[in-house]
Amino acid sequence: MTDSLRRISTMFLRYLYLHKRSLPRTLELVFWPVTELLVWGFLTIYVQTMVEDSVSQLVVFLINAMIFWDILYRSQQGVTISIMEEIWHQNLMNLLVSPLRLWEWLMATFLYGMLKSLVITLILTVIAILLYHFNMVTSLGFALIPLAANLLLFGWALGVFTSAILLRWGYAAEALIWGIPFLVQPLSAIYYPLSVLPNWIQPISRCLPSTYVFEGMRAVLNKGIVPYAHYFAAFALNAVFFLVGAVFFNWLFKSALSSGRLVRLGMD
Amino acid sequence: MDERTLLCENYGMSSQTTNHLRTLIDAREICKNYGQTTALYNLSFRLKQGEILGLLGPNGAGKTTAIDIILGLLTPTSGEVRVLGKVPSRHRHSIASRINFCSGDSDLPANLKVCENLRIFARLYGVKHVEKKISALLKTFEIDHLGNRVAGALSSGEKTRLNLAKSLINDPVLLILDEPTSSLDPDMADKVRKIIKDVQVEKEMGILYTSHNMAEVEHLCDRAMFIHKGKKIVEGTPEEIRRHCSTSSLEEAFIKMVRTP
Repeated sequence: MTDSLRRISTMFLRYLYLHKRSLPRTLELVFWPVTELLVWGFLTIYVQTMVEDSVSQLVVFLINAMIFWDILYRSQQGVTISIMEEIWHQNLMNLLVSPLRLWEWLMATFLYGMLKSLVITLILTVIAILLYHFNMVTSLGFALIPLAANLLLFGWALGVFTSAILLRWGYAAEALIWGIPFLVQPLSAIYYPLSVLPNWIQPISRCLPSTYVFEGMRAVLNKGIVPYAHYFAAFALNAVFFLVGAVFFNWLFKSALSSGRLVRLGMD
Repeated sequence: MDERTLLCENYGMSSQTTNHLRTLIDAREICKNYGQTTALYNLSFRLKQGEILGLLGPNGAGKTTAIDIILGLLTPTSGEVRVLGKVPSRHRHSIASRINFCSGDSDLPANLKVCENLRIFARLYGVKHVEKKISALLKTFEIDHLGNRVAGALSSGEKTRLNLAKSLINDPVLLILDEPTSSLDPDMADKVRKIIKDVQVEKEMGILYTSHNMAEVEHLCDRAMFIHKGKKIVEGTPEEIRRHCSTSSLEEAFIKMVRTP
């Protein structure tokens, strides 16, 4: 029994060691419960404020929002997982020593992310038509293209941020980089309007391109108006995110080159 | 000037015999510090075309740090290294197509087939006649029967040969090999050494070679450089190093140098 306790406490200690050496692993502990509570809490507030007639409209919003959310999520994951894959397979050095430029590598991951988003969106659209009689294409019409394009762009921009974090912290940041899109989720007013969010959170939400996409989506579905202002705001913010992401990526990459972390990735 | 520095200069004479050839690596007083720890201290050396230079030293001596700096994956704290006349950390792309490397620390994607892996790298390096090149390399390293097997299913020796095949995919003028035969059986290690030597002679390639197998270094390398605790201790032909250490083999010289306080 004493031996068992020693072995159990040893293994317990082994897992604690990971947290001692890695802030991202520790942050991940609180990350998921907090984001889930925020999303479902705000949705509950929204439902409570709805009049009875508009509840059926909520279902349409939710299905469309869910499909749209997946465009953003898959495009970000397409970038991040592609880079993670090279770390898992210890192929990073081979690529970094080859003539492949960093921006070329990122472009390839963008295309991969776009393909993933496209396939998933098609599948989800067909399922929504068959099971829920909801056709996203006819409901949104031409608005679908700029709205989806902005989500794709934002997914790529987030992918640039998470890739930079990966190249700096490697495995240690793995759990966190899976969750970064979910950090954006409660702030993007995906399943509820921006007005549901507390006043002090709204300025933060307005800094995200995704907020304008989901607000635009509701404007089309609810009022049938073309949300030009939302398109432009989302495109402009995406440009800012890309610019800041590129600077952030470059800064962390150079820091990893100088500190030697780049060649030790996968060991943290 | 301490005794060790003096020895380095004395034993640097063999490089003069290759002066007419192009310098592929020109490292000048490279230092690399990680906080208070010094990984490399004032390391200077040259590697010329058509030459195999052995980079020797005990574990933690600074060999990998030196290689990472040469590959442009690490920036030195001070000093300068030029690869094919350019600073690798600043001009990585312009030299990358003419160099290559193979290391035990890196692998090729385990979920891709042998041929797919080589095809990816052939395309990245802009190789012409991709399939012909892949077929020739697979044959050279005796893994032509494994072309359709996923890399993850290969034995460690087969993986090493695949990595070596990848390192030759672009006919590099400079090849960096970090313990390439460490996971091979004696028969295959011998074959691989012959392949490396043949290709090096045929292409007039320069090779920076690390190994803990001193017999291999004696057999393969034109010159060797011994580093310990980040500092260069001695540089010369294997024979010059043996003579300097008054030993009959490079292995004895290695042990003697490591154990000398």
